[in-house]
Amino acid sequence: MFDDFFIRALFAGIGIAFVTGPLGCFVVWRRLSYFGDTLAHSALLGVTMAYTLDLNIAISVFLISSIIALILIQLQKKTNLPGDALLGLLAHSSLAVGLVVIGFLTFIRFDIMGLLFGDILAVTTDDLLIIWTGGAVILLVLKLIWKPLFASTVNYELAEAEGLNPDRAKAIFTILMAAVIAISIKMVGLLLITGMLIIPAAMARNISDSPQKNGNIFNYWWITVCCIRFVFFIRI
Amino acid sequence: MSSENSTLVKLNNAGFKQNDKWLVEGVSLTVEKGKIVTLIGPNGSGKSTTAKIALGIYKNIEGSVEKYTNKVGYVPQKISIDWTLPLRVYDFMLLTENIKEEAIDEALTLTGVIHLKNKNLGNLSGGEFQRVLIARAISKKPELLVLDEPVQGVDYTGEIALYELIKRISDTLNCGILLISHDLHTVMTATDHVVCLNGHVCCSGSPMDVAKNNEYKSLFGEKASQILSVYEHKHDHVHSEKGEIKKN
Repeated sequence: MFDDFFIRALFAGIGIAFVTGPLGCFVVWRRLSYFGDTLAHSALLGVTMAYTLDLNIAISVFLISSIIALILIQLQKKTNLPGDALLGLLAHSSLAVGLVVIGFLTFIRFDIMGLLFGDILAVTTDDLLIIWTGGAVILLVLKLIWKPLFASTVNYELAEAEGLNPDRAKAIFTILMAAVIAISIKMVGLLLITGMLIIPAAMARNISDSPQKNGNIFNYWWITVCCIRFVFFIRI
Repeated sequence: MSSENSTLVKLNNAGFKQNDKWLVEGVSLTVEKGKIVTLIGPNGSGKSTTAKIALGIYKNIEGSVEKYTNKVGYVPQKISIDWTLPLRVYDFMLLTENIKEEAIDEALTLTGVIHLKNKNLGNLSGGEFQRVLIARAISKKPELLVLDEPVQGVDYTGEIALYELIKRISDTLNCGILLISHDLHTVMTATDHVVCLNGHVCCSGSPMDVAKNNEYKSLFGEKASQILSVYEHKHDHVHSEKGEIKKN
């Protein structure tokens, strides 16, 4: 069944869609769309690391994005700079370092366009395994931190005062963002991953009046799946 | 019950510094079960800061906080909710704890906003939202209730009803209440212990002790304390013919 490249691409797309839907809701609600971009930019550094050290791309991207995300959280606590300035700082410095490293990798033929826009038709069965198991873990963790994360999205102080530990939820969510970028970067690409997070959630916002109902979460998934299909038809 | 067991939260000489400026310092107070502690003081005197220290929102504090309960209901003074979030009153009631439908209905009925249960939070007026905030805090039947100017934006008759409700909650749930208000009048009647803040504890004691304190008088001006003393007149003193205050 997975011998056909198109079937593989389809399953990869649906797998990614399942994860980016609910996660994307928080990206929109918490106004983190630029944060997704920053992580995606830093992922370039992760990809070059993977090529240099001969690592798995997903793991390398996950590590670098997590580090950048945790640096960001620390910077937010320690400095007085506004969040968007910090994001820009990290996004462009990691992008710059990534590009410089690419420049030194003369021994590898490197398709940078492929990195920027991804190639869903080049998915292997190994990639599928990473997407579906990684995605399942991400969703499970998101389910576990849903309450504190949502409560602190609505109001940080309420969540903190009533004992929900929002700081921990935020740190875990940040790691989840890095993970979702890591598993989908090969398929969707650096520049488009934020779109996968934002567009479905933003569309679903118009037809839902409540965040917690399962039906609505399925709405998000459903719309994301539709989007993926749409991307498919454009790309083919 | 021993006095130690009934203590819900205790501040020992607590203070909080932000950008090298003390927001409040040297505050010691105790909230016990079934007691109402009221914080008063002018703007910027550190009332909300003290509440946040007690709640554990501020972490790097001077002094110490001992908190003996995790069942806390909090009504913040300011709340900035992003209205782009799809959130109904019902969802908001379930924000920090999964509570039963009946408890939600009961709390919304008590604060008089049951008809708004399925409305979107973004469409409520300021006063309605304030009532929902109070309903949310009491619906989880907390042991400690922290109310930061809970009746702001509520119409006058509603204000009195809400203060009566707060009193009733304190009686029925036997929870400790930390109430912040500069509404001297109403505070004085229901409260057990008053702490008057002005960057530090200006004075504290039972409502009447505070009303008599000179520091308090200078803080709020002669007029306010006069209004207060006229009000107190029913309880602990009479006015002589010359207008002097004589204690009973």
